[in-house]
Amino acid sequence: MLRVRELCAGYGRARVLFGVSLEVAPGSLVCVMGRNGVGKTTLLNTIMGVLPATGGEVVFDGQEITRLAPHERVRRGLGYVPQGHETFPQLSVMGNLLVTLEASPHRDPAAVEEALEVFPRLKPLVKKRAGFLSGGQQQQLAIARALVTRPRLLVLDEPTEGVQPSIVQEIEEAVERLHAGGLAVLLVEQYLDLAVRLADRFVILDAGRVVHAGEAAELGGEEVHRLLAV
Amino acid sequence: MGAVINQLPIGLSIAAVLLLIALGLTFTFGQMGVINMAHGEFIMAGAYTAYLLQDWAGRQAVPVALPVAFVVAGLMGLVLERTLIRRFYGRPLDTLLLTWGVSLLLQQLARDLFGAPNVQVRAPEFLEGGLGVLPYNRLFIMALAAGGVLAIWIYLNRTAQGRRMQAVMQNRQLAAVMGIDTGRVDMRTFFIGSGLAGVAGVALTLVGPVGPALGTYYIVDAFLVVVAGGLGALRGAVAAALALGLLNSYAEFWTDASLAKVVVFAAVIAFLQVRPRGLFVLRSRALT
Repeated sequence: MLRVRELCAGYGRARVLFGVSLEVAPGSLVCVMGRNGVGKTTLLNTIMGVLPATGGEVVFDGQEITRLAPHERVRRGLGYVPQGHETFPQLSVMGNLLVTLEASPHRDPAAVEEALEVFPRLKPLVKKRAGFLSGGQQQQLAIARALVTRPRLLVLDEPTEGVQPSIVQEIEEAVERLHAGGLAVLLVEQYLDLAVRLADRFVILDAGRVVHAGEAAELGGEEVHRLLAV
Repeated sequence: MGAVINQLPIGLSIAAVLLLIALGLTFTFGQMGVINMAHGEFIMAGAYTAYLLQDWAGRQAVPVALPVAFVVAGLMGLVLERTLIRRFYGRPLDTLLLTWGVSLLLQQLARDLFGAPNVQVRAPEFLEGGLGVLPYNRLFIMALAAGGVLAIWIYLNRTAQGRRMQAVMQNRQLAAVMGIDTGRVDMRTFFIGSGLAGVAGVALTLVGPVGPALGTYYIVDAFLVVVAGGLGALRGAVAAALALGLLNSYAEFWTDASLAKVVVFAAVIAFLQVRPRGLFVLRSRALT
């Protein structure tokens, strides 16, 4: 479904990614892991088109999308939840969901209800300004907002970072449910235990390169521990 | 006391014109970080649109010119954004110089097309006379600004396009990865913002002559309104335009035109010491 081949990217002269390749099969959950600063967020930003790729290619559903603008990638079925529970702070929770719905190709209002079903905690808050929600609620909103476009691949960047424990659990369960329902997920996650519970496959990055990749069963192994230890 | 009251409609109508000009600026500045020095020339273009329409519409030129000037100035803004400003995105100082150059070019173009001397636009009959101290032409300008604010408010808060515009203004990168075509939103913002400047230009023909440098008299004050009101804040623009318009006209009345400018600048500088980000700051927990 998603194939990333030899992807290179960076910020100005500072190169961050040196030929990253990975694949997400339909309906699978792939977890990208690695220490801070190894290029995980840069990889997702390049896949989404926020950063231009300086080499390699991104193929989605058999079509190359390496040079497409971000909004065109969303229209093809990629849904992105960026790092740091970002919202449109002055819009209401409903406004955040609607603005995404109106930009989506299907524009089916039922998608808003479906997204709110995933995080019922948001339902009483729909009229509130997104900027006044707690970090965890904002993260739930960010995921719900990506779901409104009915993506076929959900790209999540550290969805549990800086979120209160009670909501971490809810987010984990939601991701699990979505995945069980057939949605493909590309997840960046720092915490091994969460990755072990959720992932089908994993990829470990170090200094902008893939240093290890494998099935979830291997995640408990020595090699993985060594690569992730700080 | 009589003088104070007589001066009121003048101050309010200046405030109204400033508001129409500043509305466009606050959105192009707030959404795109673009300081468009050529915005003043869209005012001039609107005023000359009314002047040209006199040949065809006679004394009804002003009402006829309102929608026409909106489109003319809007298209000028659109072309400027597409051809030049877009290429300088994220470089505010370069954009400032660039649009200043465009502003000088447009002024010269107007001089070549219409001549350097000022021209007049005759007001329609129904705007002659007035209600006591309130001349109809100044009332008309105030109504125009009120209508403009209302229209923008409805656009921003009740339409899908307006919601998209707010989203881009609040978080451009997030808007892009949520599927919003930010380039299109920028175009639309520029069209509407520039169009409002054109409408302001038509309004100005009711209270004074039209010349190639018309825009330069108002652009600085309009920027003051934007800075004092807070970026992208509708309420702030309204409050700041009222304050500056009234202050300007009373200071001018009690002193003279140049001293009045000193008073206004001093007031804005003093105000910004207290509220460096303007009257209404867009605040949220997300930004902390």
